[in-house]
Amino acid sequence: MSVVTNTTTIGAIDLPSRRNTELALLGFAVAIPVFAYLNVGLALDGKVPAGMLGYGVGLGLLAGIAHLLVRRFAKYADPILLPLATLLNGLGLVLIWRLDQSPRVIAKSMAQFGSYSPDAPKQLMYSAIGVALFLLVLIFLKDHRVLQRYTYISMVVAVILLLLPLVPGLGSDVFGAKIWIKVGPFSIQPGEFAKIVIAVFFSGYLMVKRDALALASRRFMGLYLPRGRDLGPILTIWAVSLLILVFENDLGTSMLFFGMFVIMLYVATERTSWIIMGLLMAVGGAVVVGSTASHVKSRVAAWLDPFECLKTAPEGSNMIQACDQMTQVLMSFGSGGTLGTGLGQGNSDLVGFAANSDFIFATVGEELGLAGVMAFLLLYGLIVERGLRTALAARDPFGKLLATGLSGAFGLQIFVVAGGVMGLIPLTGMTMPFLAYGGSSVIANWALIAILLRISDTARRPAPAPAPSPDAEMTQVVRP
Amino acid sequence: MNKPLRHIAIFCGLLVLALLIRDNWIQYVRADELSTHSSNRRVTIERYASVRGNIIVDGKPITGSVDSKDPTYKYKRTYTNGPMWAPVTGYASQAFDANQLEKLNDGILTGNDDRLFFDRTLSMFTGDKKKGGDVVTTLNGAAQKAAFEGLGDKKGAVAAIEPSTGKILALASTPSYDPSSFAGYHDKDAKAWQALEKDKDKPKLNRALREIYPPGSTFKVLTAAAALENGKVTDINAATDTPEPYLLPDTRVAMKNHARGCENATLKYAMEVSCNSVFAKLGHEVGRDKMVEMAEKFGFNNAEIDTPVRAATSVYDKKMDRPGNALSSIGQFNTNATPLQMAMVTAAIANDGKLMKPYMVDELRSPDLDILEKHEPEEMSRPMSPKTAQLVQEMMESVVNSQVGTGGKAKIDGATVGGKTGTAQHGELNKARPYAWFISYAKTDNGSPVAVAVIVEDSKATRDDISGGGLAGPIARDVMKAVLDSKK
Repeated sequence: MSVVTNTTTIGAIDLPSRRNTELALLGFAVAIPVFAYLNVGLALDGKVPAGMLGYGVGLGLLAGIAHLLVRRFAKYADPILLPLATLLNGLGLVLIWRLDQSPRVIAKSMAQFGSYSPDAPKQLMYSAIGVALFLLVLIFLKDHRVLQRYTYISMVVAVILLLLPLVPGLGSDVFGAKIWIKVGPFSIQPGEFAKIVIAVFFSGYLMVKRDALALASRRFMGLYLPRGRDLGPILTIWAVSLLILVFENDLGTSMLFFGMFVIMLYVATERTSWIIMGLLMAVGGAVVVGSTASHVKSRVAAWLDPFECLKTAPEGSNMIQACDQMTQVLMSFGSGGTLGTGLGQGNSDLVGFAANSDFIFATVGEELGLAGVMAFLLLYGLIVERGLRTALAARDPFGKLLATGLSGAFGLQIFVVAGGVMGLIPLTGMTMPFLAYGGSSVIANWALIAILLRISDTARRPAPAPAPSPDAEMTQVVRP
Repeated sequence: MNKPLRHIAIFCGLLVLALLIRDNWIQYVRADELSTHSSNRRVTIERYASVRGNIIVDGKPITGSVDSKDPTYKYKRTYTNGPMWAPVTGYASQAFDANQLEKLNDGILTGNDDRLFFDRTLSMFTGDKKKGGDVVTTLNGAAQKAAFEGLGDKKGAVAAIEPSTGKILALASTPSYDPSSFAGYHDKDAKAWQALEKDKDKPKLNRALREIYPPGSTFKVLTAAAALENGKVTDINAATDTPEPYLLPDTRVAMKNHARGCENATLKYAMEVSCNSVFAKLGHEVGRDKMVEMAEKFGFNNAEIDTPVRAATSVYDKKMDRPGNALSSIGQFNTNATPLQMAMVTAAIANDGKLMKPYMVDELRSPDLDILEKHEPEEMSRPMSPKTAQLVQEMMESVVNSQVGTGGKAKIDGATVGGKTGTAQHGELNKARPYAWFISYAKTDNGSPVAVAVIVEDSKATRDDISGGGLAGPIARDVMKAVLDSKK
């Protein structure tokens, strides 16, 4: 809150921009993945990997350009977010490259498709696109409040994005979940982008409606119930998230949107009753869907006791597959133990398909162990908390809500994915931001970081110096 | 809006905390359980990731490893003369786990054992590939060959022990299987495995260690020892007070003798021709509790005879009634023994009353031949005095040497052989085909180098004690001869 004090008459104290801190941290964020890369190469082939220099220079270049542009266009931005994202993205590339080398994966692909193409180069390209988008956002989005104008357009865009996978011919069904669309050679997961767009809509909408939602309510059984016309959009969101779940088999995305909305409602209205209502609606939705959709049912069974469910599940059902995956992931984590087997020396590719996307965290668990997983969780936690710190510091309600929504969604996604993979909650099939293979995810998350940086830049930017006050002149001491 | 925002920050912190706790739960608390879980393929992958050490007999490996060119399991196990050695080695299969020595010494063979830590660290620096250590067995290749070939296509088992040390010299079981046939994890391995699983003859069963049979008349040597130890007989050449027919105690059931001249026969004669009545009566006189005590000293009712492969528990019933005890004294009723157990009984007699703990792993050694563990012979018990043992030896030798003796086929030139035949009735109302047994030891001037127990299950034998001598005797003789020859 120190920022607020700057608007008093004491005058503007130039906050340190912390750009050099960011540069130093970026040095680490590049060096650590480069060493990890070396480590994998040595473990797998016993020699320094061929692409070592290119990889190091490439990652360094991406980070360097990003840093210079932040210096130029968002001087006061949070100094930790960019290094964190760079580190995670870099380590993700190493992990994907490591899984690419798995002879089992290669043999399986050769047997199935007769060819094999590694994912790491593609991911590197996506990362470059992601950083490019990050820079574009920083350059062209001079002030995040501009987004406020597009509140209702955002809603339309978000709905379209979410419904695209259901369009026949465009959407593609991958292992039961209809969350991809195919455009030429690329498959895009529109849900990842919808996450950002919908946060913009919620922020704009709630900023306008917060008073109505907070105050114009009737007390009923200890809860403050809003008026019907204010409640409408909320019920709509709830219904939409249920529909996504039912038609696209995407438990994760619907949980994410709904959770994000509840968080933002709570922050906007400062009323606890929203949390309670949100929870009730979420539980209601989960019960309805959980008892009807077989997809969800098998995941719940796999969550409760994967080893037992593997024995009791009917032959050839998707429950077998879900339970088998869960046991493989758990055994992967267990085999890693406290310190892990070391990069390149585990067998996390046994998890099967999606080892480098949905289940990449299992590789972290097996090869870097408990220590590595905790480090990763803390890195993610830091991103979330820096985002919320940005929200606290933001001076405009729209920025506050947007930063809250984005970092809340990020935090929820971490929880849903890591919790699912580690068997804390039922698995939902989302991916670890930055770490997992997937173009949409990397690109969208870089954009998310860019928006957070922009908000933090505005928040930490010193207020313009107060206009010279005529009264101050009067108190001047006139020297003889 | 800042107050709820701080709550959200705390909430997100709690989410991360929950993840951290969960992670500790699965990666620390449950790590061992998960990493060694039976469906965790990493255990198998690790087992075949490097050249596996070998199981050694007579200084030569009877196992091997070949590069399978497979991305998952790098090396595959091979076996030299697999069916012959299967009861010793067990199997190590990429798809079906491992058993016996392959499983028990997995740590040494894979090189993952803690005792090989130094070697592993060293090879990390020298850049050598990780290699497994070797398991050196006590077995005698010639004896094993004689046993396996002697059994031929008959169903049965042979166990041979060196009485003075307890070293297992031969361990054969037929029909057998070739562990190489399912060492991999492909379709043909699965087919071979399923065929073995379905086989009525149970080729995978290690009959020498893991199957119990009624020992029949071979048990009489134990009853004789018990009678001598307990003073029920003092002179083996004195007539016993045995009626013909002998009625089982508390019953009107007459015991049948296949042999002639059993009425008031001497103990020695009764042993030679295998009189049921004499031994049933002696067992009854010794009494159940003393009989149990004697049997247990030999290793009966002991569930933990580890060679290190655990043998099935041989049984002498502790709670049966008096007629049961009398029947058990001639190796029928509830009495059951593994071939190893009967070899132990014979070995203890040949070793003048001292029973040595049987074992078949002599040394564990590192890839560079350092000895990691050496098994020292260990005394298990002293079931009888040397004097008793010598008297029983005298009787067993006359089983082989006497004109009327049933064990004539086991004679070996240049060695003293003592033996006892047995034909064990079993099945409902004893209708099933009887088992042919033969237990024996050979002796030279330097003591006894070998005691052996042979059982042939599916004999075409008549119900006659001769069949034990006729079918199982020659096998025992060949095994003893192989050991004697290899000592020369």
